Amino acid sequence: MLSKVEEAKKQKQRKKNLRLLFRSSILLVLLAAVVFALVSNFTKDKTVIGVGTEAPNFKLERLNGEGGEVSLDDLKGKGVMLNFWATYCGPCKEEMPYMESLYPEYKEKGVEILAVSMDSNDLVVNRFVDKYELSFPIVRDNGGQVLELYDVGELPSTLFINADGEVVEKVSGELTLDRLEGYLKKIEPQ
Amino acid sequence: MKRITCESCGHVNPEGTVLCEACGKPIEKNQHIDGNKPGKLLNMRYEGSARRSQTYNKSVIDKIWNFFSSVKVGVTLIVITLIASAVGTIFPQEMYIPPNVDPAQHYADQYGILGKIYYQLGLHNLYSSWWYMILIAMIGTSIIIASIDRYVPLRRALKMQKPKRHKAFLQKQRLFSESENISAEDVEHVKNRLKKQRYKITEQDGHILAEKGRFSRWGPYVNHIGLIVFLLGALMRFIPFMYIDDYVWVREGETAVVPDTDQQYYVKNKDFIMETYDENDERYQEAIQKQGGAVPSNYQTDAVIYKASGEAVTGEDPELEKVKEGSIQVNRPLKFDGYALYQSSYQLDEFESMTFKIHETDDESEEALASFTVNLMDPEYEYELDNGFRVVIDQYFPEYYMDDGTPASQSKYPRNPAFVFFVYPPGEETPEVSFAGIGRNVDASGENDYKVGLQNFEVRDVTGLTLKRDYTLPIIALGGLIFMIGVIQGMYWQHRRVWIHPSDSGVMLAAHTNKNWYGIKREIEKAIDGTGVNMVEDQQEIKQ
Amino acid sequence: MGDLTQVSSTLLYIAFVLYLVATFVFGGTIRDKRTDKGNGTLGKVAITITIIGFLTQVGYFITRWIASQHAPVSNLFEFTTFFGMMLVFAFIIIYFIYRLNLLGLFTLPVALLIIAYASMFPREISPLIPSLKSHWLYIHVTTAATGEAILAVSFAAGLIYLIRQVDQTQRSKRTTWLEVVMYAVFSTLGFVIISSLFSAFDYSAEFQFPVEGEEMTVEYQLPAITGPNDGELLSEGVMQPWFEAPGWMHGENAARKFNTLIWSVLTGAVLYLLARLILRKRIAAAIQPLLKRANPDLVDEISYRAVAIGFPVFTLGALIFAMIWAQQAWDRFWGWDPKEVWALITWFFYAAFLHLRLSRGWHGEKSAWLAVGGFAIIMFNLVAVNLIIAGLHSYA
Repeated sequence: MLSKVEEAKKQKQRKKNLRLLFRSSILLVLLAAVVFALVSNFTKDKTVIGVGTEAPNFKLERLNGEGGEVSLDDLKGKGVMLNFWATYCGPCKEEMPYMESLYPEYKEKGVEILAVSMDSNDLVVNRFVDKYELSFPIVRDNGGQVLELYDVGELPSTLFINADGEVVEKVSGELTLDRLEGYLKKIEPQ
Repeated sequence: MKRITCESCGHVNPEGTVLCEACGKPIEKNQHIDGNKPGKLLNMRYEGSARRSQTYNKSVIDKIWNFFSSVKVGVTLIVITLIASAVGTIFPQEMYIPPNVDPAQHYADQYGILGKIYYQLGLHNLYSSWWYMILIAMIGTSIIIASIDRYVPLRRALKMQKPKRHKAFLQKQRLFSESENISAEDVEHVKNRLKKQRYKITEQDGHILAEKGRFSRWGPYVNHIGLIVFLLGALMRFIPFMYIDDYVWVREGETAVVPDTDQQYYVKNKDFIMETYDENDERYQEAIQKQGGAVPSNYQTDAVIYKASGEAVTGEDPELEKVKEGSIQVNRPLKFDGYALYQSSYQLDEFESMTFKIHETDDESEEALASFTVNLMDPEYEYELDNGFRVVIDQYFPEYYMDDGTPASQSKYPRNPAFVFFVYPPGEETPEVSFAGIGRNVDASGENDYKVGLQNFEVRDVTGLTLKRDYTLPIIALGGLIFMIGVIQGMYWQHRRVWIHPSDSGVMLAAHTNKNWYGIKREIEKAIDGTGVNMVEDQQEIKQ
Repeated sequence: MGDLTQVSSTLLYIAFVLYLVATFVFGGTIRDKRTDKGNGTLGKVAITITIIGFLTQVGYFITRWIASQHAPVSNLFEFTTFFGMMLVFAFIIIYFIYRLNLLGLFTLPVALLIIAYASMFPREISPLIPSLKSHWLYIHVTTAATGEAILAVSFAAGLIYLIRQVDQTQRSKRTTWLEVVMYAVFSTLGFVIISSLFSAFDYSAEFQFPVEGEEMTVEYQLPAITGPNDGELLSEGVMQPWFEAPGWMHGENAARKFNTLIWSVLTGAVLYLLARLILRKRIAAAIQPLLKRANPDLVDEISYRAVAIGFPVFTLGALIFAMIWAQQAWDRFWGWDPKEVWALITWFFYAAFLHLRLSRGWHGEKSAWLAVGGFAIIMFNLVAVNLIIAGLHSYA
């Protein structure tokens, strides 16, 4: 008789536990869905290529100096400053001379500067290069593919890539001489 | 679990049952749950079954569960969402204000102090705000939990029901009658008539249950499943693979990479067409005149879609293979490999090329000595001309403006092209400097012998296309379909039941429907016609 | 082609007159004892006239379709007229289910007001802009209008219930709200009367005013009580505005619409007060005795049934078909455009209505108030959202 009562009690407890488990798991799934929605909603503008990701490869025609093709993979082992700019962008004009002034020193130290122009034709870029006497490689992203690849929204934008091909820093907007030098130091190969 | 054994029929009911699942006898101690009072009609909601949420209320999980299970909470959530949605339409949402303006400024300028408050409260982005999303999520949660809590016991109660019902159950139905001296033939007659009206008859010891449209009871649960599927589809749009939304501008004659396709697809704009209605068309004349301008009838891009073949590194010109060719019109997107391109914007008459001529400065007839054409997307550095002239482009400003006294360009698009030309007259080694653009023709030194003037130009249109890939659409459509099936099932059919209960010398007749009482009365009228059975009385009407 | 347009207008006019006649005949059934269940001759005559009126309006619809070569639901006049037509259609259906003559007496005037209201807007045939050129134009618009029309029948039934049931022996919140509803009806009537009156005299006053730095002109068809902000009256010999519309009212027509609203509200007030003076009691109290023989349970059921029938149709037309079309035309099925949001609000409202009724037992009066509220939302979406909150749908 006693065992029957025990049995019934046990059964009741088992049912209760089952109910708790069922309710908890449904609530948990729903909570997870809500968190997912909220988090996604607030991170949807975040870019794909950012600090810590590997810089994807591209290949473009060099406009100044010896010409030829420049590809990011060829620069493996060097630190790379990847600058997105255009002749019609005011702040870009401001930072170009800084880049030029630091270029010889850091080229020695194994850092390459690569400026990707968004202009629609070579003429304006070449006139600009001549005017500012730029010696670092300048390429032009004709169809905006590289811009698309790197998901860059604003000009100028600069990515600092270390010798391992990993993005160390991503900067939107104009750089000062000091900040520029600081970032360049960061990507010097050891 | 404490079971309740029915005193009348012996059926064992789950705890919290209001009406015995088998015979419908009110279970005395539970009448408060549905607010049943003596002398009043029975509340037939959920068949008086034991809603689980009302029986356990112990742990935190149970409390949360019970909160969402309540219809009161559900309706409150709907009302709050309704009001919030309305608030969002007081002023335009941020996506509908002009681009390139500072929203803070815009709302304050346009709508004054109210606009400012509206902006500061974040109501300009209400529908994507965290709290609006949480409201929708809570409605979703409420739908799921409330449905589970009601569906299970309701199904059980409808399965358990017996034709033999307790007297009290029949007497307290809204439609009820009692008739004396009813012959077996009369009962049989009523039964057959009900059968004819597509009622399903079950019998037990002379007790008859006629039932139809039970499936309509599942309508609400079906439509709630539809809503959940719909919300699930909406949720999946946050997965980048499922949902792609981007935009591309393509100039006539140009081929542009389609964004967000891993540089796989390219689109060529063969031609952009904008058509307007004929202003002399008799039919629309009046309306067009009233509108005070041309009314567009068609926006169209004749496009070719290419796919990159082979392994090309980004930036290299890939081999292109034609995938599809067709027109993109408003309401007629061009679809390819799961993607769709929509006609969504355009810009007419962007400059494509300009032809300049050189003439003597003091020649009033401006007779051309030489002329040259500049391709504005790909200008040459130098032009060798007739009569020994040579022109070098020193500066090119695609969208010219004066920036603090120096000429500059606003963008790379030739919307207002201007040039600084070096003109080398025949045999000369020092150039004359000329500035030329649209409506501008400046001689910098004032001593030029030759002038450069615009002779001709060509323009082209630019089309703005939206790219979409939305794998959630089938899910969302499925949700909508299930919802419609459920809502029609629940609304256009009714669950009707008629009980016939033999008493000492006659019968008791009671009926219940979840809606359309008028309809069931007419069916009963037809069924009892020509028999001695009394027509049911509407006990709710009498009580008023 | 011009002839067909003319035929079309005439048919609409005839339909309007027929509805008016039918209303009076339905009115006659109140006193007729035998017509309780719609079996009387008078009731039959009334419904027959209504059906002929409906068919005439269908004739208007078809001829206009042929003349314009697209479904005549593309501007505010056409859409609102269609809505009125579907309201009559929904009434006819419900009438044949329940045979309640009284319902005609309340539904037809609503339909009449809606059609009269519609004809105050530009009536010329307008060409379709590219985004409207789709089969979904008539699939979506007609289904949505039908759904709303069926829901409107629920309003008419709810109103009968309220006038019949609300205790008029003493003043209460309920009697006041009921008078607000009555007043809203009078305002609509006021709008129709005042607009027709001044358009009969070809009244016109032109204003010039700045909008975002550009000078615009606007033509008033009613005397300007309020003029555009910083506006200048160009026409001569017309009334000077009493005051200027506030600066936050934007858009070239905002001040004119605001002026029309003031006129409607004022005319409505005059009409309402006149009616009160003549009747010497609340409007609803004056109507109440006429409804004594109505069965409140039946009226309540009609009101609920109309929602039960209308809700799925509304969902299909105003949300699902709308989404399919929006996906095609604007590359997204939902864009939080004000009209869309208000369709969603309407849907939420009726969803709440159904839950309250099914699960919380809101029958009778509570349910009737909700039916009135739902109709108010539908009208807000039809009138205010188009005139005040302009979005993508401001074509209509």
